[in-house]
Amino acid sequence: MQLFTLLAGLALATALWSGVQAVNTEARASYDSAAATLGEAGYDQLVSGDDQPISLETYVALRRAGWLVSPVIEGQINGVRLIGIEPLTAPSSLGPVNLADGADIGAFLSGRGQVYGTVETLAALDVTGSVAPDLAPNVAYTDIGVAQRMLDRAGEVDLLIVAPDQPLRQLALREVAPNLIRRAAAAGSDVGKLTDSFHLNLTAFGLLSFAVGIFIVNGAIGLAFEQRRPVVRTLRALGVPLGALIGLIAVELMLMALLAGIIGVALGYVIAGMLLPGVAATLNGLYGASVAGTLQLRPSWWISGLAIALGGTALAATGALWQLSRMPLLAAAQPRAMAMAAGRRAKVQGGLAAILIIATLILAATAQGLIAGFAMLAALLIGAALGLPIILSAVLAFCANRARGVVGQWFWADTRQQLPGLSLALMALLLAMAANVGVSTMVSSFRLTFVGFLDQRLSSELYVTAADANQAAQITERIASEVDVILPIQSVTMPIASIPTEVFGTRIHDTYRDTWVLLDSLDLPWDQVASGEAILINEQLFRRAGLNVGDQVMLDAVPLTIVGVYGDYGNPIGQAVIGEDLFVKLYPDVGPLRFGVRVPEADVNRVRSILRDDVGIPDAQMINQAGIKAFSLDVFDRTFVVTTALNVLTLAVAAFAILMSLLTLATMRVPQLSPAWAVGMTRAELGRLEVIRAVLLALLTAVIALPLGLALAWALLAVVNVAAFGWQLPMYLFPWDYVRLFGFAVLAAAIASLWPAIRLARTPPAGLLKVFSNER
Amino acid sequence: MLLTATDIHKTFHTADGPFTVLRGVDLALEAGESLALTGESGSGKSTLLHLIGGLDTPDQGQIMINSADIAAMDDNGRAALRRGTVGVVFQQFNLIPSLRVADNIAFQSRLAGRDDPKWNADLADRMGLTAHLRKYPEQLSGGQQQRVAIARTLAPRPKLVLADEPTGNLDEATADDVMSLMLDLVADAGAGLLMVTHSIALAERLSRRVHLRAGQVAA
Ligand SMILES: Nc1ncnc2c1ncn2[C@@H]1O[C@H](COP(=O)(O)OP(=O)(O)OP(=O)(O)O)[C@@H](O)[C@H]1O
Ligand SMILES: [Mg+2]
Repeated sequence: MQLFTLLAGLALATALWSGVQAVNTEARASYDSAAATLGEAGYDQLVSGDDQPISLETYVALRRAGWLVSPVIEGQINGVRLIGIEPLTAPSSLGPVNLADGADIGAFLSGRGQVYGTVETLAALDVTGSVAPDLAPNVAYTDIGVAQRMLDRAGEVDLLIVAPDQPLRQLALREVAPNLIRRAAAAGSDVGKLTDSFHLNLTAFGLLSFAVGIFIVNGAIGLAFEQRRPVVRTLRALGVPLGALIGLIAVELMLMALLAGIIGVALGYVIAGMLLPGVAATLNGLYGASVAGTLQLRPSWWISGLAIALGGTALAATGALWQLSRMPLLAAAQPRAMAMAAGRRAKVQGGLAAILIIATLILAATAQGLIAGFAMLAALLIGAALGLPIILSAVLAFCANRARGVVGQWFWADTRQQLPGLSLALMALLLAMAANVGVSTMVSSFRLTFVGFLDQRLSSELYVTAADANQAAQITERIASEVDVILPIQSVTMPIASIPTEVFGTRIHDTYRDTWVLLDSLDLPWDQVASGEAILINEQLFRRAGLNVGDQVMLDAVPLTIVGVYGDYGNPIGQAVIGEDLFVKLYPDVGPLRFGVRVPEADVNRVRSILRDDVGIPDAQMINQAGIKAFSLDVFDRTFVVTTALNVLTLAVAAFAILMSLLTLATMRVPQLSPAWAVGMTRAELGRLEVIRAVLLALLTAVIALPLGLALAWALLAVVNVAAFGWQLPMYLFPWDYVRLFGFAVLAAAIASLWPAIRLARTPPAGLLKVFSNER
Repeated sequence: MLLTATDIHKTFHTADGPFTVLRGVDLALEAGESLALTGESGSGKSTLLHLIGGLDTPDQGQIMINSADIAAMDDNGRAALRRGTVGVVFQQFNLIPSLRVADNIAFQSRLAGRDDPKWNADLADRMGLTAHLRKYPEQLSGGQQQRVAIARTLAPRPKLVLADEPTGNLDEATADDVMSLMLDLVADAGAGLLMVTHSIALAERLSRRVHLRAGQVAA
């Protein structure tokens, strides 16, 4: 039984940990490969500020100055967009060729004119290239040299792609290539940040579930030692040295941990396998690219899973071994030794809990940064877990004093006496529930906020992306008379208050006035922005630069007044909005490639077909706002599915912990229950009380878990999120979710206690009578 | 008749096969009478006592207490019998560890709905427990614990008191004290007493003696 508890607890803990880890890494890997298929739009770009092609010298100078950039040339041939890239310097995931697989790399590098595209594309270009069926229609990739030749533009470069990871030391762009402008990545970052947040969420969850598991292991080891005391004492009395004994036990434990770890990693793999299709589907929809929904068993999981299992056991066993080593040789076996030791420990534990809670409060007031945020979370959770038995004990003592009936009085007193044996399982339940409340509050708050944010950001009915400036002009020209308004989306990356900021040149329109929610603003902010004298900044920039509404900032030597701050939940960096006129004056050559089109919902499809047929915009470059919204919500809902699954799993682990504790306690319970039975209570009554006890303790724990979970959510939203992403999420409460969770917890406790209770109710009288007979 | 046991059989089913302990025990006891039950260790004294106390059921035979057949009762019926009619004092581990001495003494009578605080206080006083009422069982000595158990058994004024070597774990002097108290109180209450004992001297102080041998009463 002990062995089973130990193995199962440790295996479950490891399983949760490695399952979450597996989902996380796999999702990340998928996400990376998906992001790659976004093409060069997924990267920041350097474009020429004076409409001249970028010269080779500029490119070389940039590389010398430490800029990791890669040249790209683009052009149209027979309606095909031909993109020439430089395979050696291009970010490894760019382009059609999976450079890692090596099959075509020789041909691609040698410049022998290998062109990649779909069969139809290659036919339109009239070349014999390599068929790459994954590519979008009418897009072909080739080596930059080949492209220059085919486009008849020898030595020219249109733009430089900025690799995402740049060295720390590099000369400023302005010094190396003053005529180049950095254009921010076009797409992906919004949802990218979202997935990052999701990963952070999952990691926190993995840690929590592991903590829950460790509580179980700790309990199991503690009880195992308790039961072994007599054997150890006998062996020591027979002259076996203490060191050898402890070494033996340690080795035995480690072997078990290893076994449990292996089972756990395998289990985690199964869990991940069940969760992953959801994650993969999410990313699939996200990038329209197929992402492997399959799982690879990475060696790193084995290592980290086993390390966690061994480390956890070591952690849990150290205390017990230490106690054992200090155990006096002839200490009398006390039936209530555990409870009494717990009583002594309670003081230490209470002190520790108090210190941790105080630390939490101090950190809550001062915490800044991710480390402090996580430290605060840890202090809060551990402090609360340690404090739990003390609070419960006080509540039970109060109830025992108030109880009227004799059974009630005994019930409360007995429950209180049971606490030490159950407290570890209850702590696990507390953590599991708090994590549930916390994470679901966070995810739900995130969802609500983000829906609002989407409504604000996706206010246009249709979004169109042009391939180049030429096509952009055509778009404006062709549909200007067909739609309500065209809102160009153009931006550059410029420092504001020394922080790199994506500055948008926006055509001020009622669309913005009506839908944008400003966290703080002066009067008529949009009109001031339109006049070219003012700027709106996002919360990230506001926080990071410590700016205030009314402050003045410089944008390329133009003084601008901050007239408002807006919430921005899809963006890691600073962002700002200036008027279109000012933008064009400052950056005449950037030119918008993306447009929001306001048009009555009913006309969307008509406009789409005009753009497709007359301007030649592929469908993939036109996105209906309704589609994006539905899609983004889908991402959230999938996140929910995964989070809910993990929630249920953690609760299940906690329920398992309760079951195990109850079963282990059951044997020790007989002497406590038999007298009550002998003087006139029925076994069925006692069994019922056992269930009620478990449910009651679960409920009490739940009541404590609720504020703890909310505190956790607050810490995640207001501290960790700000540190990780630069924005604070408003927190919403979801009472029905909590009620449902209470239901789950009670159900879990009831189910966990059912078996021991039934066993008790069915114990033959002889089993109970043994207590009184002299054979004992 | 307060108690009649007729032709009681009891077999335990162990891993090594069935093990018959009682093979046709007959026994009778009148109110106010006290009976000593002796026999070798393992002869089945405790087993018989448990059957009479409604703690276990015989395989065969009839046990009537106040003209009610125990064997015909269900779990609830036997629990009611244990609460109100019969009181048992075991050799050890009689007390509920989570309750104070005072609450332990009152436990059974409160369960039976016959709580009489004055009588409880009186019992505690005569057992010399007044100073210990607020303590927990584990804080008492073995003799003190047995006195609490006796007080608890007598608190609901049971008609039949069963005692299974209540002083077996105590030293002789303490055992004598506890035993005298118990006999006095049972006599005062006019209850019937069935006591298992090894001590001849003790058995002599009761009104009647029976000996258990080979699973039967050998007068
Ligand atoms: N639950 C049980 N299962 C199997 N055998 C049992 C059980 N209870 C008692 N016995 C056996 O029945 C026999 C009678 O036991 P009992 O406890 O009634 O003896 P006793 O006369 O009270 O002995 P002692 O004087 O030592 O207390 C013993 O051999 C014992 O081993
Ligand atoms: Mg006996």
